Amino acid sequence: MTTYYSKDHEYIRIEGNVGVVGITDHAQSQLGDVVYVELPKVGSDIAKGGEAAVVESVKAASDVYTPVSGKIVEVNGELEATPNLVNEAAERDGWFFRIELSDKSELDGLMDEAGYKKFVAENA
Amino acid sequence: MSESNSDTPILKTPLYAEHVALSARMVPFAGYDMPVQYPTGILNEHLWTRESAGLFDVSHMGQAELIGSDHATVAKALETLVPADILNIKPGQQRYSQFLNEQGSILDDLMISRPVEPEADGKLILVVNAGCKEADYKHLAQKLPAGITLKRRDDLALFALQGPKAEEVLGTFAPEAKEMGFMSVRSFKVAGFDCTVSRSGYTGEDGYEISVSADHAGALWNKILSNPVVKPVGLGARDSLRLEAGLCLYGHDIDTGTSPIEAGLNWSIQKRRREEGGFPGYERIAKELTDGTSKIRVGILPEGRAPAREGTIITDTDGNEIGVVTSGGFGPSLNGPLAMGYVASGFKQVDTPVILVVRGKPVPAKIAAMPFVPNHYKR
Repeated sequence: MTTYYSKDHEYIRIEGNVGVVGITDHAQSQLGDVVYVELPKVGSDIAKGGEAAVVESVKAASDVYTPVSGKIVEVNGELEATPNLVNEAAERDGWFFRIELSDKSELDGLMDEAGYKKFVAENA
Repeated sequence: MSESNSDTPILKTPLYAEHVALSARMVPFAGYDMPVQYPTGILNEHLWTRESAGLFDVSHMGQAELIGSDHATVAKALETLVPADILNIKPGQQRYSQFLNEQGSILDDLMISRPVEPEADGKLILVVNAGCKEADYKHLAQKLPAGITLKRRDDLALFALQGPKAEEVLGTFAPEAKEMGFMSVRSFKVAGFDCTVSRSGYTGEDGYEISVSADHAGALWNKILSNPVVKPVGLGARDSLRLEAGLCLYGHDIDTGTSPIEAGLNWSIQKRRREEGGFPGYERIAKELTDGTSKIRVGILPEGRAPAREGTIITDTDGNEIGVVTSGGFGPSLNGPLAMGYVASGFKQVDTPVILVVRGKPVPAKIAAMPFVPNHYKR
């Protein structure tokens, strides 16, 4: 399993032809307490960089973009009742949606874990 | 995180070092580098304030004194700019009001205190919003008659200690604090430092605002914080607390586009002023008091969990636009979304169904009474 990261602080964990997308632990720590997550419709097609979800903290709403193009095949229903899963386990139980990749080559434009850590450190 | 594009250097309150030591997340607010939250987070800070005691640095706010020969003289001068009855503020009492422009719209809202000490006769203490203070002082300087002096008190820091345990905490440093009633003001030593203390705040809870010399601010802050029932609280929770309490935030819920009557602040205009006038925009205010207003500030409770933020359009159930949200978010004590905004007056009744257009999607909501959570003021 390989995980890639975007400059918008989303991660995508590749499981075959499907990617599990959420926001990074760094992103959740910046947002603060998550109180609501608006998830995309299962079956919808979203292009890379398109708005796929909205994450709301006490203070503000932030858009979540899909790091790759594809079809939404599943969303994390747990977030409806327990949005703070995003704070507790952003890169595990706090995932947002699964997307079926339409173009795997789009992953080439993303960062690996080491690259993302460097990106965060440089932009802190 | 957004960067400041302003050329003016960002200001720091006297408690900047304390915030950094507490690992606060600092953000620019009204020209100051302010703590938006500490590591425990907005949710915990909010809930802690409601159940125990929260300590806020509000030193960015403008503190000033208005000085005249005696109370009647200074009160009458200020009454030419605000609609509250200043003349009849009793010694040791605090009152809320607004600076109005000639159209009767709100330039800023402020707290006005009359000191209890006979030797302070002719002095009024003002606390104004950080973002408006320079404009307010200019306004005062232009409008006040000769013989009335405005003295900026930029040498003072200001804390708010808020919550059900605020009295117990402040009482350990100054027993006088326990005797104070809501909206009263006294000067006494707190932990050995000269302070001016009012029993008021911006959270809906019992509590105090404590004005102290900037030189002693850090020492007093740390003393109060040494009590384990007190935790530091940032601007993030200050906002969610005041929203649950139904209190207006200047620049959002009230501004030069609203009158105090549209904002539902009628209670802050005492009978004598309603009858006599003598403040800017009196004609409009008097008319609105008699005839009502076309728009009015209301509380709104959205269905479901999605917060409706400032700027969200409000429609009737047929989709006709009737207003806009001016403050909206998530209420940690309410454990759900909440908002306030302005609607056409025909929709102001509690429980009236309305629609909030959140990201293009209709969210059913209802007009709600404010405060959203009960106040716990010391009466």
